[in-house]
Amino acid sequence: MINGSIINIEGLNLHIGNKHILKDINVKIPEKKLTVILGPSGCGKTTLLKSLNRLTDLYPEVKTQGKIFNGGIDILNPKIEITELRKKMGLLAQSPYPLPMSIYDNITYGLRISGRRKKRYLSKRVEYYLRQVSLWEEVKDRLKDPASALSIGQQQRLCLARGLSVDPDIILADEPTSALDPVSSREIEELFLKLKQRYTIVMVTHILRQARRVADYVIFMYLGEIVEHGTAEQIFENPQNQITKAYIKGTYS
Amino acid sequence: MKRKFNLNRKFFKKLEELIFRVLMIISTTIIIVALLAIIISILIKGVPSLSWEMITQTPKGGYYFGKEGGILNAIIGSLYLSGGATFLALVVSLPLALYMNIHKMKEKLVVNIIRLFLDILWGIPSIVYGAFGFALMVFLGLRTSLLAGILTVTLFIIPIMVRSMDEVLKTVPRGLIEASFSLGSTRSETSFRVILRQCIPGLITAILLAFGRAIGDAAAVLFTAGYTDYIPTSLSQPTATLPLSVFFQLGSPIPEVQNRAYASAVVLTVIVLIISISSRAFSMKYQKNRIK
Ligand SMILES: Nc1ncnc2c1ncn2[C@@H]1O[C@H](COP(=O)(O)OP(=O)(O)OP(=O)(O)O)[C@@H](O)[C@H]1O
Ligand SMILES: [Mg+2]
Repeated sequence: MINGSIINIEGLNLHIGNKHILKDINVKIPEKKLTVILGPSGCGKTTLLKSLNRLTDLYPEVKTQGKIFNGGIDILNPKIEITELRKKMGLLAQSPYPLPMSIYDNITYGLRISGRRKKRYLSKRVEYYLRQVSLWEEVKDRLKDPASALSIGQQQRLCLARGLSVDPDIILADEPTSALDPVSSREIEELFLKLKQRYTIVMVTHILRQARRVADYVIFMYLGEIVEHGTAEQIFENPQNQITKAYIKGTYS
Repeated sequence: MKRKFNLNRKFFKKLEELIFRVLMIISTTIIIVALLAIIISILIKGVPSLSWEMITQTPKGGYYFGKEGGILNAIIGSLYLSGGATFLALVVSLPLALYMNIHKMKEKLVVNIIRLFLDILWGIPSIVYGAFGFALMVFLGLRTSLLAGILTVTLFIIPIMVRSMDEVLKTVPRGLIEASFSLGSTRSETSFRVILRQCIPGLITAILLAFGRAIGDAAAVLFTAGYTDYIPTSLSQPTATLPLSVFFQLGSPIPEVQNRAYASAVVLTVIVLIISISSRAFSMKYQKNRIK
């Protein structure tokens, strides 16, 4: 079921101060599939996700070793063009952070910094990406309104559209529904199911049922280590590790 | 027993609430009354002496003895001086504040040392800047001039501007910075296209604070900008300023001239009000875009 991989993590270790946060992570993330990172709170899921587009660079206390390959290039190599790398990965955070500008400008921002300026082109793209996240009908009459005026669920979809606007290969999502109501959460889930035809999605979640609904591939983490990874079927139907078993059965506490 | 204890607790809670309420009302009243007292007393003494002539003419021969003329020299001088100083300070402060918060995000120690120095500089009285500016002028062979005044006042308001901007920039949510970077923005794109937009209302307040200090300060310009009855036409000429104009007129034994000092104070207050209200109107435009 799983063919090519788009990201290869090899021997990744991450320290914050003298705490060992990620311990010898080795895993391949399959292309054009939805990979879910599962695990109890504080086990390093967010940290792993942020290592993938090197947002960890923003934090001085973080030290990373190892290699993360994407298309033959080591992401962790300090010499690579980090902005280009980040454009290949859209990030959807736990709670939505639209940019402090209008709905329209939120989508065009990424295009503008890539040098696209033509009005007609930009307007078309705005409509296209807003349709992708099923937001167009709701906001088409108020594109010039501040993005902060949208509801949280709409903001999260806007952030997703914004992430898509730079034409990434990969979408990184860190508990993208945790700030949302059940209806908006389902909307995001459905979008992900639709988008995974064309994008590789890596999603962190706490919610086991959500993981079951959307996952193709599952990485299970515990205390900074990957204890088990495999296809959704393997992990959910036939987990090997004791901790995974307990977690999947819901007896983990 | 238990009931009584509960009653006591309830009573103390009520009492505590009452005390803080009273304190709050007292302090609010003091602030408002003091503000109104200052404004009203200046208005009462100043408005009768205020005239069109006063704000459109420079002092003529006997102005300081109660004859005709005005304080246009000081109005224009003050605007030149504080406008110039605010602009120069902005050119230095904004990049420094952004640098401290976006670029040097990693080196917390360096940033905190810069903050410490700025705080110390903020605390130094303006007369010390005046003396320093004067010493520097002598060293460079400059005479009292608009330029010397602008440079001194710039030095004096930079710490104020940088630290207030710094406090504003510190409040930018981490998630917003991460969002910008993960779209592939460079650090300067993040600074100028995202953070600045988010912070414009706060940054304007920081600029206003510095401008207010610049236009209201007499000590820093006393030795450096000098005083003259003419409107400066170049940076190398001395210039009058409103605070010094108030000072000289108030020191006059002639009651008429003293009243003109209050009128000048009214002019100074009105200028500050106009500038702060209009820039707030400008910042409203950005306020609604802010992300919380
Ligand atoms: N800036 C930091 N400084 C120190 N420790 C940190 C920092 N960021 C994260 N950690 C630690 O790293 C570990 C992993 O954190 P991380 O946020 O990746 O966990 P998580 O699996 O995403 O948890 P959650 O499910 O609660 O979001 C935690 O023990 C946390 O305390
Ligand atoms: Mg997390």
